[in-house]
Amino acid sequence: MKIPLIDIAHGRSGDKGDAANIGLIAYSDASYRLIEKYVTAEKVKQHFEGICLGEVERYELPNLRALNFMLHNTLGGGGTVSLKLDAQGKTLAAALLRMEIEVEERYSKSST
Amino acid sequence: MKEKIIIASGQGFWGDLIDAPYHQVTKGPIDYLVMDYLAEVTMSILQKQKNKNPELGYAKDIPFLMKRILPIIKEKNIKVITNGGGVNPEACAREVMKAANELGIKDLKIGLVTGDNILAKINEYEAADIQLKDMETGQPLSEVKDKLLSANVYLGAFPIAEALSKGADIVITGRTTDTGLTLAPMIHEFGWKKTDFDLLSAGTVAGHILECGAQSSGGNFLGNWKDIDDFAEIGFPIAEAYPNGEFIITKHPNTGGMVSFDTVAEQLLYEIGDPKNYITPDCVADFTSIKLEDLGNDRVRVFGIKGMPDTPFYKVSCAYAGGYSAVGSLTYSWPDAVEKAELAGNILKKRMELLGLKFDEINAELVGYNACHKNLAKKPEPDDVNEVTLRIAVRSNDYKSVERFGQEIAPLILTGPPSVTGFAGGRPKPMEVAAYFPMLIDKNLIKPEVNIIEL
Repeated sequence: MKIPLIDIAHGRSGDKGDAANIGLIAYSDASYRLIEKYVTAEKVKQHFEGICLGEVERYELPNLRALNFMLHNTLGGGGTVSLKLDAQGKTLAAALLRMEIEVEERYSKSST
Repeated sequence: MKEKIIIASGQGFWGDLIDAPYHQVTKGPIDYLVMDYLAEVTMSILQKQKNKNPELGYAKDIPFLMKRILPIIKEKNIKVITNGGGVNPEACAREVMKAANELGIKDLKIGLVTGDNILAKINEYEAADIQLKDMETGQPLSEVKDKLLSANVYLGAFPIAEALSKGADIVITGRTTDTGLTLAPMIHEFGWKKTDFDLLSAGTVAGHILECGAQSSGGNFLGNWKDIDDFAEIGFPIAEAYPNGEFIITKHPNTGGMVSFDTVAEQLLYEIGDPKNYITPDCVADFTSIKLEDLGNDRVRVFGIKGMPDTPFYKVSCAYAGGYSAVGSLTYSWPDAVEKAELAGNILKKRMELLGLKFDEINAELVGYNACHKNLAKKPEPDDVNEVTLRIAVRSNDYKSVERFGQEIAPLILTGPPSVTGFAGGRPKPMEVAAYFPMLIDKNLIKPEVNIIEL
């Protein structure tokens, strides 16, 4: 079944130079198992095609039910160099929540 | 030794809620108030101010704030720690002393932490053949040296702790790590040593949770933000810290906002790279070791934190003159809002080309349509777009080109597509771009200085 990330996770994005970091935090342990399995660095890079012009790294924080993604060359140079409206990538976490994952498992909102 | 200390965040950045520090010192008991004023390129702005006037170069908000809260912090024995000293902590301290005098305060010690400003030392380092380069790109500093606006080392928490141990009521620093502002009181009160890496990491994590103000107590929260019923009087976060490295994140009762597992987790994920290696001058914290326990009632316990020794380097934040930029915008309403806005952008670009203006980059965006999420945005039917704002920005090393760009926005109102509005505030002026240049420098080359001045 297809699950939009916004149904199972929240997050926050910020800037580190020209890179954006996006923290994706699952609402439950069951949701964390899903994002850990399906939200790969590759998928994130594909999702942000045209926005992320560099590599994507993924890190796991199971203690917080979270994944951290570093999206390189994403902020138009970063800081005061960037001409973008969202030069600090503050709306990119929300952009990630638009992603849908196709899961094999049976999943319901009441799972913990 | 105190059983616990209460550290309150008064500010997340220069430009944050002006009354936040006042509410922190009045709405409940706290021991320390910490305030961060320095974003990446703030130092270059302050350096420019100091170049024009040697009595400037610090966050001018600080003396104003102190006038308001000095009697309160003296009465309640609250200590204040801030990096708003910028490139002139001494001048900042003088203004604070003036305020104290005017208020009739008899006894005040201000600790100054400096040694971070290495702008004047760059040539010396070069002569000694010390290799300085951008830590991300590898670009040598020599390539931008003559355009350098500021160079400040991120000092750690121990100089601040030293100032506290020398009796400082207020500590004003130049560039220090934001996390160090919160860690320092713990080092001072609990006697943590330079090799207590797990404890230093715990204090660092507390600092990371506090350093963006209300962003950990319900602000900018993408979880269940709709459950927050009072943003207007949002409470800024507070850390109740214990000698064993555990702490509780909370906020004053009767304030708005929310402190929960999720609000704290979001802040922990903010602006981090590799979570196992959160590098600071004092330690390398492991964010994958952090345990959170939501105790309810806006209280979250944080514990289990581990860390590793610090590295041999300090991080240096430099900025150099990177040209000029300007931003203009115009809003177009239905019908054909997107088509009109796009056309206006193209007309403007054509005119600038015909004028022979030179830009490194021109960026046109449609705000209200796809400016934030670009190709991920769900495109509405053209007829459903009620209005859209054309936002166009340019950057160039040529001041005159950027200036002329600013003069070409308004004419579009009478010489371009129809039903246009949202032009106010005069011609956009060229702003100086301060390009960020982060470096690493051997710790042995830097000597933090701690001085106490008193009334």
